[in-house]
Amino acid sequence: MSRLRAEITRLSAVFQSAGAVRIETDILQPANVLLDLYGEDIRARAYVTLDPLRGEQMLRPDFTVPVVQRHMAESAEPARYTYDGPVFRYQDGDTKRTAESEQVGYEVFDRGPADVIEAEVFALFYKTLAPHGLMASTGDVGLLVAAINGLTTSDARKAALRRHIWRPSKFKALLRRFSQPVLVNAVGAGGQQIGLRESFDVDQRLVQLADEAAAQPIPQIEIDALNDLLEIKGSLLDALTQLQSLALRLPVIASAVDHMLARLTALRVAGVDVSQIGFEAAYGLTAMEYYDGFVFGFYANQAGWPAVASGGRYDALTRVLGQGRDVPAVGGIIRPEFTVRLLEGDMQ
Amino acid sequence: MIKLGVPSKGRLMQETFAWFSARGVHLSKSGSDREYVGRVDGVAGVELVLLSAGEIPRELAAGRLDMGVTGTDLVHEKLANWTDVVAPMAEMGFGFADLIIAVPACWRDVTCLHDLDAVAARFRAQHGFRLRIATKYHRLVRQFMTAQGVADYQLVDSQGATEGAVKNVTAEAIADITSTGATIKANHLQILEDGLVLKSQATLWHSKLAQGDCSTLIEKIGITP
Repeated sequence: MSRLRAEITRLSAVFQSAGAVRIETDILQPANVLLDLYGEDIRARAYVTLDPLRGEQMLRPDFTVPVVQRHMAESAEPARYTYDGPVFRYQDGDTKRTAESEQVGYEVFDRGPADVIEAEVFALFYKTLAPHGLMASTGDVGLLVAAINGLTTSDARKAALRRHIWRPSKFKALLRRFSQPVLVNAVGAGGQQIGLRESFDVDQRLVQLADEAAAQPIPQIEIDALNDLLEIKGSLLDALTQLQSLALRLPVIASAVDHMLARLTALRVAGVDVSQIGFEAAYGLTAMEYYDGFVFGFYANQAGWPAVASGGRYDALTRVLGQGRDVPAVGGIIRPEFTVRLLEGDMQ
Repeated sequence: MIKLGVPSKGRLMQETFAWFSARGVHLSKSGSDREYVGRVDGVAGVELVLLSAGEIPRELAAGRLDMGVTGTDLVHEKLANWTDVVAPMAEMGFGFADLIIAVPACWRDVTCLHDLDAVAARFRAQHGFRLRIATKYHRLVRQFMTAQGVADYQLVDSQGATEGAVKNVTAEAIADITSTGATIKANHLQILEDGLVLKSQATLWHSKLAQGDCSTLIEKIGITP
């Protein structure tokens, strides 16, 4: 245990010397904010407890939400924070994973050049973890968002696709649905007006469904390009070449690819050996629900381990929690229990 | 002595008694009708434990019951790792119930989960909170919704009279068990065409953690798990 404490202190000091202010957040968090943000899925992972006066509370399942809330409420920009402490997650039906684990994090709220900030955060994690010889994977949800926004289809369909980016099987089902003529839906039975949803909303959606049935399918050539995008995987340099050639067929992703190139340059300037970094266009789409741009993870070659570190950009989250305000945000966490195990392995 | 858990009242108890009776094992309540003490005739070494159907999964999982009768729905809902702790021995052919998702019948634009998901997105945008689904089957419904890609909903707990939740404006939709669908209809609801979460029936379970030797009883009632 003392080794773990020492490692947490060491990592915190590394982040503080990079310019971060150390902050603390409550372990007990009001459930409604987390539920509103993550939806029911969070209940399958977070410990919920009931306070007769304050209502449902959750044991902190991650630091991101309280850190963003704290920043949005009181702080000046730019800001860099570090935090450390336990998070609590249970695995429904899986008793082997530990419910309580430590995290040490680094978060940047800064309106400076996006590529430079992303490179700063990644390079800090890269250098901190360098002695462990981990595999680094990266991705960029922004590519997929750009590709969706450029589809030849209605705004409603684009919104539906964007909403399900983090649910790959539903996303694929929607894409299939939108790539062929839609059958006119059977209309429900109808009946007495009950509940909060009003009849005008039903009528409005019936009109939309009729429009939908008349809508042109998304051209197959665009569907193919989108699927090709999701397949891209390899070293960062390889992936960039593939994306540049895909951008000739799918010009709407050009500016997202340019951003990737700018980030690559910034990573080199920050001292990262980019030839050793992996890239997957579909990276992080299942596990990292609130990231909406650059994403990264560092992995040890150990069966059953989670990422030793992970992070990314989450601008949209600050918009949701900021009640009208938003701020570009990039950050990540290291799991010190695993860096300690790697250190112990090194010593044997 | 092995312990057999059976629902303590109502039709489920009567039908369980009849099922065992047809197989030569006679279960009965001893003493007064209000007393929850059981009698077993026709096989030796079996103690009858009468308790609520909802508690039987927990008792099986703890190994305090060797065997027990309860619905598939309750075992799947209450035991996250049910395949590790219990084994189904026989489907008993009664207590049929489907766990389904139902929405107001006046939602003429909604017939399937895809529609429900689309309406959940609109509802959240218009009302500022997630569309509420009333249920007591939280785990089963949540897993189903995740697998089916439905987002922007929330579950609200309802331990009874769930079909009335929409009318009472405590929820926008429900997930509940139904056998004939009559109560669903009577409460101005319609079942989604792909909204079947689970088909349930009364089932005889064996606890993997209990120590007792159940072979005499199993042989007597002639089941091959």
